[in-house]
Amino acid sequence: MAASEVFANPRSAARASRFLPAGAAFVTALAALPARASDIIPVPDFTDYRVPISVPPAVANPAWEWLSVLLLVLALGLASYLALVRRSRRGLYGLTIASLLWFGFFREGCVCPIGAIQNVALAGGDPSYALPLSVLLFFLLPVVFTLFFGRTFCAAVCPLGAIQEVVAVRPVQVPRWLDHGLGLVPFFYLGVAVLYAASATGFVVCRYDPFVAMFRLSGNLNMLVFGAAVLLIGVFVGRPYCRYLCPLGAVLAVCSRTAKWHVRIAPTRCTQCRLCESSCPYGAIEFPTRPLPRQLRSAARTRLATAIGLAPLLVLSGSLVGGMLALPLARLHPEDRLAERVLLEDQGQVEGTTDASEAFRGVGHPIEQLVGDVLARRAGFRTGGRWLGAWAGLVVGGKLIFLAIRGKREDYLPDRGRCVSCGRCYKYCPEDQVVLGDLRAQAEYEAAEPAEVASQ
Amino acid sequence: MPDTAQTDRRGFLTDALRTTGGFALVGAGGFLAGRRGRTELKVWQLDPDKCTACGNCATYCVLDVSAVKCVNFFDMCGFCDICTGYFETNYWSLDTAAENQLCPTGAVIRRFVEEQSGQRFYEYTIDGPLCIGCGKCVKGCALMNGSMYLQVEHDRCLDCNECAIATACPAEAFYRIPAEQVEILKQSTIGILERRGRHRVRTAGDDPQLRSEGLSLLARAAAQRQWRAWQEEWDARQQGEEEPSGS
Repeated sequence: MAASEVFANPRSAARASRFLPAGAAFVTALAALPARASDIIPVPDFTDYRVPISVPPAVANPAWEWLSVLLLVLALGLASYLALVRRSRRGLYGLTIASLLWFGFFREGCVCPIGAIQNVALAGGDPSYALPLSVLLFFLLPVVFTLFFGRTFCAAVCPLGAIQEVVAVRPVQVPRWLDHGLGLVPFFYLGVAVLYAASATGFVVCRYDPFVAMFRLSGNLNMLVFGAAVLLIGVFVGRPYCRYLCPLGAVLAVCSRTAKWHVRIAPTRCTQCRLCESSCPYGAIEFPTRPLPRQLRSAARTRLATAIGLAPLLVLSGSLVGGMLALPLARLHPEDRLAERVLLEDQGQVEGTTDASEAFRGVGHPIEQLVGDVLARRAGFRTGGRWLGAWAGLVVGGKLIFLAIRGKREDYLPDRGRCVSCGRCYKYCPEDQVVLGDLRAQAEYEAAEPAEVASQ
Repeated sequence: MPDTAQTDRRGFLTDALRTTGGFALVGAGGFLAGRRGRTELKVWQLDPDKCTACGNCATYCVLDVSAVKCVNFFDMCGFCDICTGYFETNYWSLDTAAENQLCPTGAVIRRFVEEQSGQRFYEYTIDGPLCIGCGKCVKGCALMNGSMYLQVEHDRCLDCNECAIATACPAEAFYRIPAEQVEILKQSTIGILERRGRHRVRTAGDDPQLRSEGLSLLARAAAQRQWRAWQEEWDARQQGEEEPSGS
């Protein structure tokens, strides 16, 4: 059986003589390179050795992903319960740490709902890409939860939020105008990320994830420095990534505005004691409004009308500008840079070769094909750039309209878009102390010093 | 009661927005999930025919020890005494001492098999846990048979959206392949695998295990042929699309 099992190239016998004696083989082999398929040394005819079959690499175990989906549901539910029912800052903080450990350090920050936006965009743009069901759920679950409970995902489930929540120890208030201005960046970033993902160019959100290098305890120096810088800023400016970069934060901020149940600072009624005024490190607390003086009302109305009139113009001009950005947008694709490099080398304008250009020449594809690919992609990005520009215009226009609308608030309320439901403000509200948990403390206090309490 | 009217209106609007948003999201998700049914799950893999063994696999992977590791395809291996994938080109002496080995971690294991008319044959296997995917042996082996090549191990690969090696790969050798396909074989090895599979089926007799082994080899080869055909078709279509725009 063993002999019949031996498999060999039929021409092996004829080639056997080519197999050179040990000493000379090496030098000759080097001289004969590159080896062509016809020159290969055949498998010897072994007498009693079975040539093993090389096995394909091992397959992945999907159980981990599904465990993560299950834990995501549980964490979202628990976070919503702790934020809205228990109103427990301590509980939320505990869950934050747990999420940081599991989704961050143990699962190494992947799959994450922020990056999942891009998978969904790619599945929309490229029908041949199969979106893993677990990744789809990672995108949908936080959004659906936010539609009902506000940004509880940001509060205690997201590992990127968690690592910033932990370092936010000396937060300062960011000036309102700056906060509003920088708050637009996530929407632009979202547009860019969706464009690049849908055009199968790259997953920029993952590439420039500041904390993933920390979760994995390894990464390139630039990303570690970037991550460290974000954390350092995060000590003084609460959650800089969440507020001024995170594209999922942009999606959730919009969804959170329609939340069915949302965090309230005062559990029952707001006495306007102003204790919570500066409690929010993320500048998400809106003060009660006073009715506008009569003489200013028409000016406010004009401003709103102007903003509404301006919006379509912004969208149009945005799309015009966006169309001109095709070239810089397309340059992120490695093929674009490769084509440029190869052309420059051919014209003798640069010296030497890069690994990429060498490999390209090694494969032997015609350069016309590469250039054609690149030009087609650039044309595609002209359309994509217009969409991106229109989106940016829409975002700015929407923001102006939003700023021109004066909401009517009688209480101190969290801004539903910016509030991440972290629960820091709870303990500042005296109503909260009375209604929840600390009733017992109150009773103990009264029992201990009844005379003093009575005298007050 | 103008106030209540206003709150009611606002409440109604947010309810409507939430419901529409919810339905739109779940609908879109369902659509994408439904479309998913017609395509396969994909994983990262590299095409050894394109690979230049530049060493980026070892350094760019987000894992401390890369998910890319070396494979020796025995049916293409010459079982050479002096393996160019095993020994340094300027070896000191022909033994297994570390200074003579190409592999920086000693992950290539050399085992004597047999001697025929003065020629000694050795089997070279890769010690998976030791291999760091640097491709030094691959580069060496490419001088001769090229039976050693790199592959992504899916039980280690995190399947990043943005594979750091794929981004850094100068040969653009990284592909997303159907998960069941697992590997990308060198084109030259597909035929060998087929022949071996046919041989095994032919010689299996009524041993069901050997027969199924042979059939699985044939299936492996068929998956490779299919993928290569897709790849060619894709390239052809890309070219076809460009020609009108190029002219």
